[in-house]
Amino acid sequence: MAKENEINKSTSEYILEVENLRKCFPLKKTITGKVTSELVAVDGVSFKLKAGETLGIVGESGCGKTTMGRTILKLHQPNGGRIVFDGKDITDLKPSQMRELRRQMQIIFQDPYSSLPPRSTVGGILSEPVSVHKIVPKEQIKDYVLELMDKCGLRDYYYERYPHEFSGGQRQRICIARALSVNPKLVVCDEPVSALDVSIQAQIINLLKKLQQDMNLTYLFISHDLSVVKFISDKIGVMYLGQIVEYGDKKDIFSKPLHPYTKALFSAIPYPDPAVKMNRIVLKGDIPSPANPPKGCRFHTRCPYAKPICSEVTPEYKEHEKGHFAACHLIEE
Amino acid sequence: MEELNKNNVQSTEDTEAPLDKNVRLMSPTRMVVRRFFRSKLSILGLIMVIGLFLFSFVGPLIYTEWGETELDRSGTVEYAFAETTYTVNGVEYTVRQTIETNLTDNFLAPPSDEHILGTDDQGYDIFVRLMYGGRISLTVSFLAVFVITLFGTVLGGVAGYFGGFIDNLIMRVCDVLICLPGIPILLIISTILTASDIDAKYRIYLLMIYLTLFSWPGTARLVRGQILSLREQEYMVAAEAMGYSTSRKIFKHLVPNVMPQLIVQMSLSLGSMILYEATLSYLGLGVQAPYAAWGTMINIISTNNDILQNHWNVWVPAGVCIVIAVLGLNFVGDGLRDALDPKARR
Amino acid sequence: MKNEKQTEKTSAKGYLTGKEIREIAKANKREIKRLEKYKNRKAKVEEFSTKMKNPDNILEIEDLNTYFFTEQGVVKAVNGVSFDVPKNATVGIVGESGCGKSVTSMSVMRLIQGPQGQICSGSIRFNTAEEGVVYDIAAMPIHEIHRIRGKQISMIFQEPMTSLNPVFTIGQQLDEVSFIHSPGISEEDAKAKSMELLNLVGIAMPERVYSAFPHELSGGMRQRVMIAMALIGNPRLIIADEPTTALDVTIQAQILDLLRDLKNKIDGSILLITHDLGIIAEMADYVVVMYAGRVIEKGTVDEIFHNPLHPYTIGLQKSKPTLDSASDTLFNIPGNVPNPINMPNHCYFKERCDKCTAKCSGAYPDMIQVSPTHYVACHLYGKEEQNG
Repeated sequence: MAKENEINKSTSEYILEVENLRKCFPLKKTITGKVTSELVAVDGVSFKLKAGETLGIVGESGCGKTTMGRTILKLHQPNGGRIVFDGKDITDLKPSQMRELRRQMQIIFQDPYSSLPPRSTVGGILSEPVSVHKIVPKEQIKDYVLELMDKCGLRDYYYERYPHEFSGGQRQRICIARALSVNPKLVVCDEPVSALDVSIQAQIINLLKKLQQDMNLTYLFISHDLSVVKFISDKIGVMYLGQIVEYGDKKDIFSKPLHPYTKALFSAIPYPDPAVKMNRIVLKGDIPSPANPPKGCRFHTRCPYAKPICSEVTPEYKEHEKGHFAACHLIEE
Repeated sequence: MEELNKNNVQSTEDTEAPLDKNVRLMSPTRMVVRRFFRSKLSILGLIMVIGLFLFSFVGPLIYTEWGETELDRSGTVEYAFAETTYTVNGVEYTVRQTIETNLTDNFLAPPSDEHILGTDDQGYDIFVRLMYGGRISLTVSFLAVFVITLFGTVLGGVAGYFGGFIDNLIMRVCDVLICLPGIPILLIISTILTASDIDAKYRIYLLMIYLTLFSWPGTARLVRGQILSLREQEYMVAAEAMGYSTSRKIFKHLVPNVMPQLIVQMSLSLGSMILYEATLSYLGLGVQAPYAAWGTMINIISTNNDILQNHWNVWVPAGVCIVIAVLGLNFVGDGLRDALDPKARR
Repeated sequence: MKNEKQTEKTSAKGYLTGKEIREIAKANKREIKRLEKYKNRKAKVEEFSTKMKNPDNILEIEDLNTYFFTEQGVVKAVNGVSFDVPKNATVGIVGESGCGKSVTSMSVMRLIQGPQGQICSGSIRFNTAEEGVVYDIAAMPIHEIHRIRGKQISMIFQEPMTSLNPVFTIGQQLDEVSFIHSPGISEEDAKAKSMELLNLVGIAMPERVYSAFPHELSGGMRQRVMIAMALIGNPRLIIADEPTTALDVTIQAQILDLLRDLKNKIDGSILLITHDLGIIAEMADYVVVMYAGRVIEKGTVDEIFHNPLHPYTIGLQKSKPTLDSASDTLFNIPGNVPNPINMPNHCYFKERCDKCTAKCSGAYPDMIQVSPTHYVACHLYGKEEQNG
């Protein structure tokens, strides 16, 4: 008990602490229900996130970034590790105990078409969480929702409209408004702009930034698009096959990437200027299956600088400069 | 660049092209209704179904000449002659008597002013019995479909939502029920019911209850499939992330989204229930004389060849009614399906 | 057209009444019947043979109109599009979703889904491999299209996951294309050709891939197979419709490298369709910018990226966050792409444009030539004679 208090005190500065998080999905089961093979989607992820900051998580498809976001919200039950939210260990809370906490942590999805119930009005979608969590007294709900809609750039007469009448960008605004209706502290943004057109993307990113300042939100921003992540994040974590391979301040990561995967990722983005000829590192091969990750460093099969040690020993994930973590054998040399 | 950005600051607030404020509001339900009424076939179906309903339920209140079990006893008068001979004091007297009997029913009468569609082999009015038969057929099948849907939704919903062991159990029960042959078992049950002395009037209800026990797996599978796919929709994850209770998630978010498919399924299975009822009555398992049902009315031809050949007015109207009911319900069902999912049509 | 007038009338009310819907349906039916008849007619080769305006071009699209006749009205998905694809060049079409870039490419392949979708007018002139033989693809009867489709022009699709048939091996699917395009080819030759192409697209173990089923391959590998399949007929033009959108960045880099190499190896042209300006900048020689079914600007890649003229092109470039952008808020174009039905007769970008002038309320701007290769459709650059 005393120990738990100690932890709570020492971590009050951080709103979210994730320690060695693990999430596996069973692939094969025997008849008795014993798992014989499993897919480790998130394998030992640790980071700390201060209130009001944005952590950008970058990675390719199948690297476990979405699973990680959902596991942190306890939408999946983690198989190991610890999640401390706002000084409270939520790893083993029961669903009924989580329900109260849910209003403090919200999620915005990638697909604005499937994330809104088709048969409710915008007003209904937005006022339901407010009334369930009793954010404001009953008679003030409508005013509260209208104010929220105004904040998110939605006009008041959208209140009685149905989702099918809106375009992707407007729907994403509704999703944002729904997530913010319960005054959360932490919002997990799971690729919120990748389904949108470039010009609409910019609108949504600007809106997210503005709302963060207004409501003092903390974002966990998941995306495969480095340029978007760079734009919104304070800290960046690069994920590869279920692990964070590099983590640090945005400017450190961008000015001095340590991990070869991060470097390759940067150089792979096409630059919108024909005059700039990039010195591109083209990675060979495909991402290995997360059901059967390579031994040693998981990146060694594609790494252009791989050494014999890489295929045998798993590199340690450690702090190389202040606040700049990476997992690679080559950095020390 | 800077100038442009300045321009942009306020564009975070109010950006997207506004929907026209004056545009009429249209809910998904209203859109479905609109699309439904755009198809001529579904309007025809609706008219057929409503027409049959009015005919069966309102008809007997207006046309009261004859009752369902009222025999037309105005049949031809029969004369019998009797001769009695007796002897009084050695003289033989013969008394002749004329006996006028009015006992025969007016059976197999052709259509006339008195009997719009004539009478059947017992002397019942066919038109009136058609209306009363419709009452039974429609009530029974609506009840059956209602019970099937209730069973199917609850069990399929539970299986889809909770998954795991419960899902497995319910689905295996479904598999078993679907494997059982329907008609032979119905025959057996009917024999048992006959032996156990149950009023013929209620037998059809018992049989339909039995039928529902066999028919809910179809609905349950449909609902389960729907729920499985809906559960993966991100708005359900969002509901989970909002911390809604399980019952709210099921009844406020899942059930309304399964409803459209359910309604289509209901209207289509109504047609097949009417057919089932007719089959049962035809086989002599359903409603028995003197009560009428469409199936029973056709049943006559199985025993009486003369009626089959020479008295079409006795059995064809009931067949027409069945066809209209089933066709109409199928038109409505198809129309609803197209209206609910316009993409599925092509 | 008559139904245009009808649909415009209804736009004010938002939702159509039953009467209007019936009118639209009637008009659509008539138009579709006429166009289907034209599409399925029998015609001699001379009827759809034509001449290139510039024999150095491989493809000339002129005033192409592809419409979709929907229940709500006519959607002008491609509305008077004109551009050329020179020999040995990569032309990029860029635009947001719904701008008609995919429909343009589908029109060239004659893959528009009928009966709703129809090429209504315009010409697509294609310079075939034979000297001097030029076909107008838009005028070709649909059963003649086999002269070109797959053989001279081939296509790479966005979704490598769904573009391969899951029940056949890669080898079977590749060989089949050979059998179709060169009838009488022996099985050994077909296999040799398939293996050669698998090698060409950089597949390390062609033997293994040849006998594999699509589900055994990763997305990048499948896209390579799709490219190999597109190359079998020795096409002169490859249409790549968002070839890397479904792939990860590191895989995208591989595929783009491959496409660039291939263009030189096969001595053909590429029509590259994408929404990503970065890919365009890297790959294309010429760029066509589309917006709401119209070409609003076209030119060489240098002209478009270093001297963009149309406000939409400028906005599009600014709104894409880049790795070295320093500003705090992203530039964004307000509003969104207008409803494709009932387009007004003025510049479609007017409502979202920050440089809008009084002239913009007038008729839709004409294409203005600003340099030998650079064209723009915007009133800002109009000459005086435009006023008169």
